[in-house]
Amino acid sequence: MIAVRKTGFLYEVKKHRVKFLMILPAIVYFFVMCYIPMAGIVLAFKKFTYSGGIFGSPWVGFENFNFFFMSGSAWNVTRNTILYNIAFIIINNSLQILTAILLSEIAGKYFKKFTQSVMFLPYFISWVVVGAFVYNLFNYEFGAINTLLKSIGLEPVDVYSNPGAWKFIIIAFSAWKWVGYGTVLYLAAIVSIDAEMFEAADIDGANIFQKILHITLPSITPTMVVLLLLSVGNIMKGDFQMFYQIVGNNGLVLDATDVIDTFVVRSLLQTQEFGMTAAAGFYQSIFSFFIIVSVNYIIKKINSDYALF
Amino acid sequence: MIIRKDRIAFNVIGYLLISFISILCLVPFIMVLTGSITSQESILRDGFRLFPKEVSYEAYTIIFKSPDMLVRSYIVSTLVTIVGAVMGLFFTAMTAYIITCKDFRYRDQISFYFYFTTIFGGGLVPWYILLVKYLHMKDNYVALVFPLLLNVIYILIMKSFMKSIPDAIAESARIDGAGDFMIFIKLILPLSKPALATIGLFIALNYWNDWYNAMLFIEKQEMYPLQYFLYQILSKVDFINQAAARSGVPVPLMPSEAVKLAMTVVATGPIIFLYPFVQKYFVKGITIGAVKG
Repeated sequence: MIAVRKTGFLYEVKKHRVKFLMILPAIVYFFVMCYIPMAGIVLAFKKFTYSGGIFGSPWVGFENFNFFFMSGSAWNVTRNTILYNIAFIIINNSLQILTAILLSEIAGKYFKKFTQSVMFLPYFISWVVVGAFVYNLFNYEFGAINTLLKSIGLEPVDVYSNPGAWKFIIIAFSAWKWVGYGTVLYLAAIVSIDAEMFEAADIDGANIFQKILHITLPSITPTMVVLLLLSVGNIMKGDFQMFYQIVGNNGLVLDATDVIDTFVVRSLLQTQEFGMTAAAGFYQSIFSFFIIVSVNYIIKKINSDYALF
Repeated sequence: MIIRKDRIAFNVIGYLLISFISILCLVPFIMVLTGSITSQESILRDGFRLFPKEVSYEAYTIIFKSPDMLVRSYIVSTLVTIVGAVMGLFFTAMTAYIITCKDFRYRDQISFYFYFTTIFGGGLVPWYILLVKYLHMKDNYVALVFPLLLNVIYILIMKSFMKSIPDAIAESARIDGAGDFMIFIKLILPLSKPALATIGLFIALNYWNDWYNAMLFIEKQEMYPLQYFLYQILSKVDFINQAAARSGVPVPLMPSEAVKLAMTVVATGPIIFLYPFVQKYFVKGITIGAVKG
């Protein structure tokens, strides 16, 4: 017999059984969708057979990892993932901060409202539709860019066989999709700045550029730092939907556009290399986890209010 | 009031740059719209342009001549969005409410149990095998609803909304003999209406725009949601040929380029139409999410 102490777990369950029942669906949901797959990470060390399943398949040690690192893809996709993310972090945030500061200071009320709505619009459409936009603009035979080039007497460009061009296209569309979203974020930070600071600066005769440099920018720095650190935490993760819809399944430009996530989905669905794909996923998960924990440690040192956990 | 020079300079730069960025944001939408109403001959000869040279509504006529696939995918997406958003919102709110209850002792541990899933994961392969092999999600509508049902970030945003509801309200109901579930349904939910609208719209948008789960789990054409159907139209020649066969247009005469873009317009239409009404909720959600971090 287990005596139920008044402070024990069973006592709590009994006393708050309705609350436990109410939170149970979410607990079960995350257990099934996240915790079981976490245990399934052992697949990286197994040779997957359909009949054996996740836990019954035979162990193969580090064979899958050898295969992944020997294939030559590992280094390429890691480098691409990190470099693309660095470009996104720098370009997207600079653009968003710029538009937020401009919008917060310019005079026309309706102009502000309208342009903010327009810039926020790309956030709402699916990446499939963005893929249609890319096709419409960059198609070799009748894409709008080539139509324009031909009309001013220049040679049309074939981006589909030009890996370098996709770096710019992907970065441009990422900036395009997120500019409105980030502007909302940074505008919220600017609006919450104490108006008295600006009034005091006005009395001291500061001009608008001085106010931006000495009041607005320092005031939104905490927001900026948190967003930057969060992005750094995700530096090993590529946005599969974006890369896949913008580039499509174009083998010619893979060296320049393949990130870990596109590599994983392609290996899973097309070549069905379960073991090697699981090894790539394992590598990404572990690497990501250590980066996030380190980033969180740094945030805690700077300002513990912003720490994630 | 004196109009100062620096203000004028700033406004000139501001208006120019913001106008420029806004135009860049809008141009792709306009290009797809004009492309969809350009005749096939003009597209092949002149390419896509900002303003059509020869206007033709043939692409739309062909789409609506035999719209059964389109209508089916619309119905699938609409039902998945409604069912997913209602269920997702209900469980998000209920979970958020419990982790705000101060007398619930394990709320910090359970919050961390949720939060940990955002910093570590098993990767795609075990998840995919679990869903396909053990939960039989292949060609199952549940596969379109289940993966997007709950999101830790939305639970946290909902929690920070609910924290502002005074404890005294729930406390007085408890003294009157109401149980936890009744307090949640009768008191907390009505008081959280603005939060429910915001989070509900975020969840609904995720479902409406989803094609990834369809790509992973759905093979039967008649089960495609709208975005995945659009993806097939854009990327696969045989889908255009099928559309030609159904509408009785000979394949070589099919205005396939305009049809692709017309499909894009038809699939994006509802979002653009609803956008002015829902925009403010998204702005609010992002702002609160930012504060919460």
